[in-house]
Amino acid sequence: MQELKGKSIVRGIAIGKIHFLSKSQQTVRRVKVSDAEAEISRYNAAKDTAVEQLQALYEKALKEVGEDNAQIFEVHSMMLEDDDYNDSIYNMIRTQQINAEYAVAATGDNFSKMFAQMEDEYFKARSIDIKDISERLVRILCGSDSGGELSEPGILVAEDLAPSETVQLDKELLLAFVTHLGSSNSHTAILARTMNIPALIGVPIDEAWNGLMAIVDGYTGKLIIDPDLDVLEEYEKKQQKDLEQKALLQELKGKENVTKSGKRINLYANIGSVSDLAGVLANDAGGIGLFRSEFLYLGRDTFPTEEEQFQAYKQVAETMAGKKVIIRTLDIGADKQADYFELGHEDNPALGYRAIRICLTRPEIFKTQLRAIFRASAYGNLSIMYPMIISVSEVRRIRDIASEVMRELDEAGISYGQVEQGIMIETPAAAIMSDELAKEVDFFSIGTNDLTQYTLAIDRQNAKLDEFYDSHHPAVLRLIQTVTDNAHKAGIWAGICGELGADTTLTETFIKMGVDELSVSASAVLRVRKAVRDCE
Amino acid sequence: MKSFTYVIKDAIGIHARPAGLLVKEAKKYASKATILYNGKSAECTKLMAVMSLGVKTGTEITVQVEGDDEEAAAAGLEAFFSANL
Repeated sequence: MQELKGKSIVRGIAIGKIHFLSKSQQTVRRVKVSDAEAEISRYNAAKDTAVEQLQALYEKALKEVGEDNAQIFEVHSMMLEDDDYNDSIYNMIRTQQINAEYAVAATGDNFSKMFAQMEDEYFKARSIDIKDISERLVRILCGSDSGGELSEPGILVAEDLAPSETVQLDKELLLAFVTHLGSSNSHTAILARTMNIPALIGVPIDEAWNGLMAIVDGYTGKLIIDPDLDVLEEYEKKQQKDLEQKALLQELKGKENVTKSGKRINLYANIGSVSDLAGVLANDAGGIGLFRSEFLYLGRDTFPTEEEQFQAYKQVAETMAGKKVIIRTLDIGADKQADYFELGHEDNPALGYRAIRICLTRPEIFKTQLRAIFRASAYGNLSIMYPMIISVSEVRRIRDIASEVMRELDEAGISYGQVEQGIMIETPAAAIMSDELAKEVDFFSIGTNDLTQYTLAIDRQNAKLDEFYDSHHPAVLRLIQTVTDNAHKAGIWAGICGELGADTTLTETFIKMGVDELSVSASAVLRVRKAVRDCE
Repeated sequence: MKSFTYVIKDAIGIHARPAGLLVKEAKKYASKATILYNGKSAECTKLMAVMSLGVKTGTEITVQVEGDDEEAAAAGLEAFFSANL
């Protein structure tokens, strides 16, 4: 038995034989040809065949996994017709008098390297598309088939998967994906989500596993090769439970979040980027209780412009079609760093220069974000939430800046909607001062991860402290009660947006406390709904 | 020569699919159309060259059109950008 760890893309459990997809191991040899023009005709014929194959794949994908997943094949056809790509191949054949296979492989390498070196993640990922079309051409030229066929139900393991490889597989036989490379935004990840089968990335793979029994645990990101009998039995039970749970939850879609005695609670989803919206809709969340805006700032070299931010917020507002969307302003610093902010080194970043503290000392960054949110509020039901608050004076400074932004928009004749402004309660200071703070804002959202860490003075990343850590510590629960009571006294609502919100052993406690809203990851929405409906 | 500037509104930027459609549009005209971005340039009829510019959302590009039908080509391309990007 061997256990490996990767990053889970789709939750769920799969048990089956490993089908190892080896990357076209056809080593392409460089061969001299006497008739370059004949070789070019051979290449052109292969290209025509490739375009036909892609058309067939497009239609297959369209039927099986929908337009969004199918479009990639249309793009591949267009890439095959690219002048620079074709000219490079023609040139190599003519000037070096070499075989088409080698010219294609060499050109494919050059072009895919060019994309692999780009900074932007989207464009970087296009290198795999170029490899994919080049490998297709080489296969056609050599007369070999793809070798990616599944003959029995299996867990597909590969270094990386090209979209054409995943779509060709028989969906009925595919139990899970495991890859070494790939990102959570790759085609394969998107496909795994569409098909709702477990998928792991970042697993160091080994071809020797081919044909071995394995378990994919999409909840913990574990891959277990050749499991011992007791482990296998344990997972068979887990899988059974998982399937029952999934079926049950599917029944709960569209149902109200109401207890047996008629108490209601709002159930919203937390999202970290625009691409998470699909999960929010699929899991029937009532709104978005925490939209982490950091994704707009991370993984780049310059500040996002107002226009870029506006487009992202507008898209979320429009997609949610009138349902509440709470955008949390920039929460960078601590474990989330972007070099261009030039924040400098800190010995104790969790207690450092982060979130609202950056926004209040560098108001130009803050105002750009606020302007973008206010502008987008004309397209849906947006609220703003400010993180890491410790005092009333901070809230007043923030509201002054927000009023200034609104005044400037008025002067410029730009419209915006009604925007509720609330704060995160994630410091003990904010929880203790919540009676005063409640008079200044429209709502509270309790961030239990940081609130617990700061209240217990325990760093969750430090495994040595696990024995001291209690996620249900009465100090934290008392603070939640205090915050909720103080919110209601001032006539505003209070919700929970940390991990604790999805802890169904506490759902009943929260409802009794009077918590008005729980915001959890999209995949947990239905599980929490079930817990709510089981409460008295 | 005709030229215009345009700010990309698509959330990803000039990504694969619209870039492919742009190539089709540009091939309708005899004029040579070039995108200038961030000190680099690419002919609109070349898909991979256009994509390798890595044009991101919210940034401004300049399109230069030169040739016999440059009036029509510039107008056609400008309309294409507004509709697709």
